[in-house]
Parts: sequence; structure tokens; C-alpha cells
Amino acid sequence: MSEGGVAIRLERCGKTFDDGTRAVAPLDLEIAAGETIVLLGPSGCGKTTTLRMIAGLEAPDPGGRVRFGEVDVTEIPIERRNVGMVFQSYALFPNMTVADNVAYGLRVRRVEAGARAARLEEMLAMMKIGELRHRHVDQLSGGQKQRVALARALAVRPRVLLLDEPLTALDAKLRDVLRIEIDALLRRLGMTAVYVTHDQAEAMALGDRIVVMSHGAVEQVGRPREIYFTPANRFVVEFVGTMNRLRGVARDGYLEVAGGRVPWRHGVAGDVEVLFRPERAAVVEAGAGGLTGRVLTAFFLGDRTRLVVEGISDTPLIVETSARTEFKPGQEVHVAIDSDALLRLAR
Amino acid sequence: MRARRRSRAFHAQLVFTVLVAAFLVVPVLMSITAGLTVNFFQGVKSGLTLRWIGEVWRLYRDTITLSLMIAVACLAVDLVVGVPAAYVLAKARSRWTRLVEEALVLPIAVPGLATALALILAYGTWREFRTSWLFILVGHVLFTLPFMVRAVLAVLSSIDLRTLEEGAASLGASFWQRFTGVVLPNCRGGILAGALMVVTLSVGEFNMTWMLHTPLTKTLPVGLADSYASMRLEIGSAYTVVFFFMIIPLLIGIQLAARPRRMAGVGEESA
Repeated sequence: MSEGGVAIRLERCGKTFDDGTRAVAPLDLEIAAGETIVLLGPSGCGKTTTLRMIAGLEAPDPGGRVRFGEVDVTEIPIERRNVGMVFQSYALFPNMTVADNVAYGLRVRRVEAGARAARLEEMLAMMKIGELRHRHVDQLSGGQKQRVALARALAVRPRVLLLDEPLTALDAKLRDVLRIEIDALLRRLGMTAVYVTHDQAEAMALGDRIVVMSHGAVEQVGRPREIYFTPANRFVVEFVGTMNRLRGVARDGYLEVAGGRVPWRHGVAGDVEVLFRPERAAVVEAGAGGLTGRVLTAFFLGDRTRLVVEGISDTPLIVETSARTEFKPGQEVHVAIDSDALLRLAR
Repeated sequence: MRARRRSRAFHAQLVFTVLVAAFLVVPVLMSITAGLTVNFFQGVKSGLTLRWIGEVWRLYRDTITLSLMIAVACLAVDLVVGVPAAYVLAKARSRWTRLVEEALVLPIAVPGLATALALILAYGTWREFRTSWLFILVGHVLFTLPFMVRAVLAVLSSIDLRTLEEGAASLGASFWQRFTGVVLPNCRGGILAGALMVVTLSVGEFNMTWMLHTPLTKTLPVGLADSYASMRLEIGSAYTVVFFFMIIPLLIGIQLAARPRRMAGVGEESA
């Protein structure tokens, strides 16, 4: 068995729990061998349940099939699916040392002692946790725990690595460090990986493709750029990144809003609502053709300032500027919006 | 000024604590001396002797061995039945399991005499069973099982049992490998605490055993009552001494075994 992975196919996999609540509506999903796919959505969207169906911890409702490559694994329990799992709560065994945790999968598979020791060393070195080998789990920090959990999951050379919010319990800085490491690891091993998160930045950074889910249904599947630049619907728009809403009346080639007007090329006339990302707008000098609004609040972030501007549309807009000027609440500002960036959504 | 006021309160508390402790310890010490003096009514000046201890051993040796045998058997049954029961209750948390949990505690709430009476009413006519030590064992298991189940259940509820098992399963562990390699070691503290309770309760149980015993199946506390009622006070007291010497090493031993693993310098939160 070599490192690398297997293609995964979910066919009409839905999940209804015993109490009748439907966690996931029947969905189809293909994951290529070696691909990292991220299931993204708010809590309760069914992303973890989907992961658990792939793992074999939940059986899909009748009719649903899970395939690893050509093999239908729907009826195969998790212990014989050969998957690696990493949990948000680490799930390390408190009764064992780090080394025993990492070697556990090899031991229950009755891997011969010599090969087991060699693989253990390899894993400890790969995750840089060699000096922790004799520690008990309760003597580790969160970041160390998750490294041990990764080493343990990878030690058995799984066909797919399943990660259920692995970084959620860590603080922000550590999350960045470990995210970069996990990314490098997945690229290097070329392993099929399914990663569940509610953090869209994490999803963007890690995923070859992202599956955005809400209320047990898939909203959009696509590469991070597609998800960000061409969101399929209102849910994706609101969940991924920050979006500004501009409401006004379109007439004579302009969209007229409370703070002025912008060129309008969508053709339709009348009351409309469009969306744009904050980075597609800029703060400009008075008289440079911008829309006029008033600063509601200003957050100085160091490299840039984030302004919440009211008076341009019916709801406040978020605009960022790298100007070194200090902005004060109540101050008048002028905002130019790239008219190509205006996005109209079908209902 | 302030330090002196605090120290006066401290001394008052110390005196009070010592008095309460003495109130509890003095009868124990008196009992022990009574069992070791030649004549209790003449006091210690009549001399110390091991004669009464020897007498107890001669008269009641059987009750001591029977008590230990029942305690060990009771522990064995509680381990085999109670630990899996606690596991099932911990895994399947529902209204139904709550009910089972409550029902398990009934033998503690109901007076031991009533439980014993019920057992005699139901099985008393089955002669071989009624006169066997197994009859007492049944009573003891009924009474001690909830302590084992509760102790193990408390530990199992405090760990994320489901995720631990899922983690083990994902690594290829079968149910049996998970149960023996992950579940049992992680509720070791609860099992030991439960075992401590079960053994001491079984050895000391009087109220139900008094009803269940026959002249040939007397346990230690029943023998103790018997000796107080029918022998010299010194023999009864010597019996207490024997009881102490049996139960105290047992308590200390299990207490030591149940001590949580010491944790050495926990690393700072860092990657």
C-alpha cells in the first residue's frame, strides 16, 4: 500500500436521523484521487454528517451508496474502510503515551514489531513530535495534540484522510501555523482528503474544491475562486467573504442610490439590488465621481482601515482603504465602486 | 492585631476539630484495648493478651473466610455485570436507560431487611440454595451492584467515550479491541473506586445478611453480633480488632491503586 489516495463517490447519499430530522438531503459528490475537498457551511448544515457517511460512522439512507474507487463500501464498517480521521476534540487516548497513540492503529492491525517501530519513527519525525513520545496526552498543548492526532491517522497509510474541524479548538495564530502545515502535508502526500470547516478562510486556503452546504443541501461546488467570484446564490454570497449590498433605482444607464449614482450596464430598469466585494470599492477625493456617504465607524487594522459607511445605500457598506488618513465617525467620505464588480443575483 | 485575631480563631477551630476527632476515635481505641486486655472491667492494669484474638480465630475463623470469599465473588460478579452495564448505559443515553439507572438504585433505598425478606419469600423454599453461601452472595450483589455501575458510569460520562471509540475504530480497531484497549483502561479509576466500595460494603454488610444467613453461613459482621450477644465483651472487642486488621489494609491497598496518575510539568500552550 502506498501513500496517495482513492477517488470517492457519493451517490444519492442522504441522512435522516431516527427522530425524523433530515441532516442531509440526498447528494451526489465526486472527489478525485489525491484531491482536497472542503465541506464548508455553518453548524447544522450537514457537513459533518456527510463526512461521517464517507468515514462509515453513519450509514446513508436506503438508496445511497458510497464508493471508494470501484469498490462499494456502503456496507463496510469504519474499522475496515481504511480511513484516517482527525477530530476537533483530538480523540487521543488518555491512557496512552504519544508514541502509543501514534502506533495504536498499527498495533490493532497486528503490524509486526519491527515495521511498527520504523513507521512510528517516520511519523514522529514527519510531525516533529519526536521529543514528545513519552508524554501523556494530558501533558500536551492543543497544537501538539493535533499533530499527534495527524500522525496517528496517517500512520496506518489510510486511503483517505478525513478532518472534522481540526483547527477549530486552537487559537488564531496556531491555527494559521497548523493550516499551512496541513496544506503542505496534503500536497506532499497527494492524499485524498475531506476537510470539514465553518471557516471560509480555511476553506479557501486548503481546498482544491469547496462544497458549500446549508440546511443539509449543497449550495455550490467549485474551486475557491469560483466560489468567491461567482457565487451561485444568496447563501453562498452571504457565507463566503464580505459582501456589500447596494439598493437603488436603475434608469438611463445609471443606478441611482442614496449616495449618488454609478454606471449601470445590466439592462434592467426599476428597483434593483446588487452586490459587490469591499475590495472592489475605493475611497476617493471629493469631486472624483464617487458616491457620498458618512463614516459610521472606522477600524484601524494597521495596514489598512476598514470603514463602515452609511448614507450610500439603505444599509451600511464596508469599504477598506490603505490611506494613512485618520477617519472619524460622522466624517463625509466618497466611495468609487468598480461598476464591473456589481453582481446581480437571480432570486 | 489582625494576625492575633486570626490565630485565636485558628486555635479555636483546632480545639474543636481535635474534640470532634477524639469523640469519634476514642470508642475505636477503647474497643481495640478491650479486645487486648485480660479483663476489661479491671482495665489495662490487668495486663495485655492476645488470648481473645486467638479465641475469635478459633470460634469464628469460618465467618472470616466466608466473608472474604463472598466479598471476592461479589466483586467478580459486579465487575462482569456492572462494568458492561455501565458501558451500555453510558452509550445509550435515553429515558429508558435513566429508568434502568434509577431501578438499579432501589436496593439501596429499600431497607436491606425488606430485600432479604423478599429473597426469602421467593426462594426460601429452594433448600439447597437457601442454605448455600450463594444465597447471601445474591443479596450482596443486589446491594453493591449500583455502587459499581454508578462509579464506572460517572467516569464514562466524564470522558468523550463516543469520539474515543470512533477514533479507535477509524484506526481499524474491532469492537473487542476498542473495549479492552480504550474503554476499560480509561475507566480504570471508576472501576477501582467501585471495587473499593463493593468489597468494603460486602465485608461490612450486616442488615440484609443477618436475615439471609443460616448457622452454617455466618459472615463476619453476623459473627460479630453473635459474639457480642453471647460471649464475653473481650471476645466481641477482639473480633472488632480482627475486623479492623482485615478491612484497613484492604482499604489502603485499593485507595493506593485508585490514586490518579501523577502529572509531571504540563507543557505550555504552544505549537
